[in-house]
Amino acid sequence: MKFLVFKKQNGIQKQIDDFLDQVSEAGMLFRNGIAAYLKGDIEALQQRLESISETERRGDGLSRKIEEQLYRQTLIPESRGDVLELLENMDRLLDRFKGSLWRFEAERPDIDAEFHDEFEELCRCVVESVESMVLACRAFFKEINQVTDHMHKVSFWEKECDKLSTRLEKAIFRRQDLTLCQKLQMRDLMRAVDKTSNRAEDVATRLSIYVLKRAL
Amino acid sequence: MLAFFLSSGLFLGWSLGANHLSNVFGTAVGSGMIRFRTAAILCSIFIILGAVVSGAGTSATLGTLGKVNAAPGAFMVALAAAVTVYLMTMVGHPISTSQAIVGAIIGWNFFSESRTDYDSLIKIATTWVASPIMSAIFAIVLYKLYAFFIRLFKVYMFKLDALNRYGLIVAGIFGSYSLGANNIANVMGVFLPVYHFPDITFFGQLTLTSDQQLFFLGGLAIALGVLTYSRRVTMTVGSGILEFSPVAALVVVWAHSLVLFLFASEGLRGFLQSLGLPSFPLVPVCSSQAIVGAAIGVGLLKGGGRTVKWRTVLCIARSWMLTPVAAALISFVCLFFVQNVFQQNTYRPVAYKLTAPAMQRLQQAGLYRPQLEKLRDKEYPHAVAFGQALAAVAPLSQRQREGVLNAAELANLVINDECLATLRRDWITPEQFRALVSLKGQRFSHKWLLAQALAAASPSWRPQSGDEKHNRELERKLARLYMLLEAEPLKQ
Repeated sequence: MKFLVFKKQNGIQKQIDDFLDQVSEAGMLFRNGIAAYLKGDIEALQQRLESISETERRGDGLSRKIEEQLYRQTLIPESRGDVLELLENMDRLLDRFKGSLWRFEAERPDIDAEFHDEFEELCRCVVESVESMVLACRAFFKEINQVTDHMHKVSFWEKECDKLSTRLEKAIFRRQDLTLCQKLQMRDLMRAVDKTSNRAEDVATRLSIYVLKRAL
Repeated sequence: MLAFFLSSGLFLGWSLGANHLSNVFGTAVGSGMIRFRTAAILCSIFIILGAVVSGAGTSATLGTLGKVNAAPGAFMVALAAAVTVYLMTMVGHPISTSQAIVGAIIGWNFFSESRTDYDSLIKIATTWVASPIMSAIFAIVLYKLYAFFIRLFKVYMFKLDALNRYGLIVAGIFGSYSLGANNIANVMGVFLPVYHFPDITFFGQLTLTSDQQLFFLGGLAIALGVLTYSRRVTMTVGSGILEFSPVAALVVVWAHSLVLFLFASEGLRGFLQSLGLPSFPLVPVCSSQAIVGAAIGVGLLKGGGRTVKWRTVLCIARSWMLTPVAAALISFVCLFFVQNVFQQNTYRPVAYKLTAPAMQRLQQAGLYRPQLEKLRDKEYPHAVAFGQALAAVAPLSQRQREGVLNAAELANLVINDECLATLRRDWITPEQFRALVSLKGQRFSHKWLLAQALAAASPSWRPQSGDEKHNRELERKLARLYMLLEAEPLKQ
């Protein structure tokens, strides 16, 4: 019985690590997809879309398995609710990446070349904020003392995203040659992308409470 | 009839089992880490083991407090303790079986006008105060150590969960063993001087002495309480420590189990004494109060004084005073009824007389005083009367008084053909029996005279320095001999 329980613990640990890998992978696919779209490579974008959809499906499957195991084996009864909430929030971040990429594919916005670099930079900062959040989650399970360091980075990248999106929005609306439709579309897409980093910061705030509850 | 007299002790054991599973397995069951049935079975097995293997130490301490020397008396003492536990529970007062049985024994002492060993009483009372404090200290130290190792080895959340699970199960098993070892004295301690069963040997290897058989019966009663009635208490009331994190709950159960073990383990005491270190007295302590002490320790560590329920602490302190007094009163009243209404002998009177051999013994022990000559050859019907006469003629310390009382205690021990013929040989060695035969025809007016004569007749009857097990076995055999060789019942 002893070895079976420890084996089960190792199983669920691996599943959580795999799930966080999916969130991380979704971020990278999102960034590459946006880069491909801005270069005009629609085929590459569509490939990234298929991959991110597959990643999202895997993430959902893992999330369900983890939840089932936690309840069936009555693991970590004191932290189960917090862990499940954390994983659900991370799953929403993954969904947001997929959703944002799908918007680019569906709307095919005409983004002026002047804004390409800043769009790519915004996407990079958003991905960094989520990546820091993933690291914070891993630390929560393994090395709880390190969580605060990573959460600090989430806040940093979120602020960078805010600065970039404000600058970009101003630059878009200063352009006289763009129609209002184009401006509004680019603004909406930019805000949708920026929102992901805001959500990452919200998750980090919740995580700080879970850390306090687990403090020794 | 003997079986009937045991029933009150068995009932006390049952109620102890019903109420204390939650202390050792409450968190493990309440959080779903172990099923109730598994916990109950494990608890039952290890309580019985603890009682049989390690129950002698605390029982000996209770025996020194008051030597209940009649079966109806023992029945009443255990029943008074059980009634006290029941009544205090009904009024919602935290109760300790240990405190109830001590009070009940003192009630018997007062009723039979026997001496109360105040040294033992002070030792027991001090331990009641010390055990929750020690439990708190152990909990703080264990928590710090456990937290340090978790941080040092960066234990993954789920591995920590598994460690806590197994830790709770092991702690529960250890706690059950300690509970059996420590608290069996409450259940069966008063019956040891009056019940003597023949030793039972299994497969020529394992021997269960009379005392161990009684502990086994008491352990069975506790186990029955665990199996039949503890579920409700465990599931609804729990141990009161469910609000703690698993790490804290684990530490609390371990601290509680360690304290109970320390105050029950003869092996540990012998080990410490062999190293010349101070040892722990073997005293039955309250399991619930040890749990509360440990919980307070963790609470103080994590949140300071704000987290401590001082009302609970006050309740516990109040119970130290109320419970023994209530039990003593109930015991006294019940003994009166049994003695005078049901015409049962609840005690065998023990007379005292400073005979010439007794005076000689006092001189050898350095306890002789010229003032004691006033009491020479005067017989006193009981310890209280003799003690009052002693106090009137010679100021003595408590220890000196005990020495004089021991020397003056009268007996009427005769070794004749009839006694030797009916004596079962399975509990004494052939050499010991031959020593006994060599004293045939002799009469002894003091128990210690018989012990001295036997020691002179054979080395097998002599105590051995440093061998506690042998000496305790010797005392047990002598106690049995005293009962068997008593020539005629003394008049009441």
